[in-house]
Amino acid sequence: MGTKVNLISGRTTVQGRNLDSKMSEEYFEEVARCDMNKADMEKLGVAAEESVKVKTSYGEVIVKAKEAAGTPEGIAFIPMGPWANALVSGDTHGAGMPSYKGIDAEIEKTGDKVLPVKELMQTYM
Amino acid sequence: MVEVTDVVCSLCGCVCDDITVEVEDNKVTKVKKGACSVGKSKLMGHNRIKSPAIRVNGELKDCSYDEAIKKAAEILAASRRPLLYGWSSTVCEADKVGVELAEEIGAVIDNTASVCHGPSVLAIQDVGLPSCTLGEVKNRADLIIYWGANPAEAHANHMKRYSYVSKGFWTEEGKKAKKLVIVDVRATKTSKMADVFLQLEQGKDYLVFSALRAILYGHADVVPDEVGGVSKKDLLETVEMMKAAKFGMTFFGMGVTHTGARHNNIVNAIQMTRAAHTHTKFSIMPMRGHYNVAGINQVCTWETGFPFAVDLTRGYAWYNPGELSATDLLIRQECDAALVIASDPGAHFPGESIKHLAKIPVIQIDPFPNPTTEFADVVFPVAVSGVEAEGNVYRMDNIPIRLRKLIDSDYPPDEEILKRILDEVRAIKEKEEK
Repeated sequence: MGTKVNLISGRTTVQGRNLDSKMSEEYFEEVARCDMNKADMEKLGVAAEESVKVKTSYGEVIVKAKEAAGTPEGIAFIPMGPWANALVSGDTHGAGMPSYKGIDAEIEKTGDKVLPVKELMQTYM
Repeated sequence: MVEVTDVVCSLCGCVCDDITVEVEDNKVTKVKKGACSVGKSKLMGHNRIKSPAIRVNGELKDCSYDEAIKKAAEILAASRRPLLYGWSSTVCEADKVGVELAEEIGAVIDNTASVCHGPSVLAIQDVGLPSCTLGEVKNRADLIIYWGANPAEAHANHMKRYSYVSKGFWTEEGKKAKKLVIVDVRATKTSKMADVFLQLEQGKDYLVFSALRAILYGHADVVPDEVGGVSKKDLLETVEMMKAAKFGMTFFGMGVTHTGARHNNIVNAIQMTRAAHTHTKFSIMPMRGHYNVAGINQVCTWETGFPFAVDLTRGYAWYNPGELSATDLLIRQECDAALVIASDPGAHFPGESIKHLAKIPVIQIDPFPNPTTEFADVVFPVAVSGVEAEGNVYRMDNIPIRLRKLIDSDYPPDEEILKRILDEVRAIKEKEEK
């Protein structure tokens, strides 16, 4: 049983710097990660750089945990990109816009590895 | 070595146009000044798609542009419900050909606004937008509000060139004589600079806009002690700052477009601006992401009457976001082929929508390999607009600016590939009619 969080996604500088270089190692390191408050990380028993499984009703994905003091307790932030979006519903509620923020998610510690971008995209084939 | 000044950046909606670069042996070797780290990275270049390619037995095989054009035209001509998506990281000249292609083949044409500021477009169509240019903000604004936006990371030059840190005609003291309010769920690099940081609970933007409106209209008595995680004291202080400003400016980002109430959040943000007008001059503007997402909205509106999510299969333009937006079409598994240009739905669409995109024939036009390339069936490498090709784009405040060509390229510009696909589609249709 994992910890329940409210999941949001968004831009970062390094993500932006690699917008045209998404197959790079730097993009992978920056985007396949999940920012959490120290209290949430302690609750999960994970240290920075350890893998966590993030699950929503629409999918699940493995990312690296990262401590971020600015992220409030109960909120998880994954930089926008293929890992965050694996967890997003395509339902736009008739407005054209998917819910990229405010998604009910569950996080748990895992020993599984983070899928590199090519392998992650293979899961859609 | 040649120094090129007044270079225009083709990365984000800031479209900075005061960059200096050095060019040597037909390469940008140095970005000397003007660009942020994200823009610099764009100008210096990345790994490219090397050759046009067609997917055969699951593998992309290099081919000639002629072969790829033929294959792409065959896919589009045979499609009963094609989707033409993207258009935001290219120039208006290419977008114009895109709309013509959509009309020719009877396609749905949508752009990245539908996953970015589409809700803002809907709100603006609903209640209008009291807005201005970024030049006016620079020269006049003494109170800046960023709501659900983190420009220190996402639009790194925005504060320096146009808002809080900039020095203009009536704002010659810069940030010393300005106030900065940040409204966000997380503490960010931007919020660290704020005079007031309203840290709200995720998804409670609508409530906080409503509370500020009530206070601005003189009804502070109806506002409870806390709204959406923000104390009444902080709300009252913010309103006092708004009233005291000579020119207030609200910039809003995807923190408000991506959450619960979507376009209703923006309607409320615009109504808050109107409430502020009862005291002082106030304006509002969306923080557009791609450098020409405002431009494809312009072009699509000139050509079809509507800015995004337009169906041209009926012989006339039909607009219905929520039905015709790319993600909705994909979720319903409605489209049977897609052309993706100047965008990357593989990285930026919900996983649920990508599943269908990965199943249907996809034509990709892009300078760079990205997650969409992983399932694209026909791939066209193209010149990088703003580095290897010129053309017009629209900054986030809808000011047109011409991108410059800095170096020569063997890759054709987007517009040329689109024109050739359009010609080939017309040739196929002509043959079929005979």
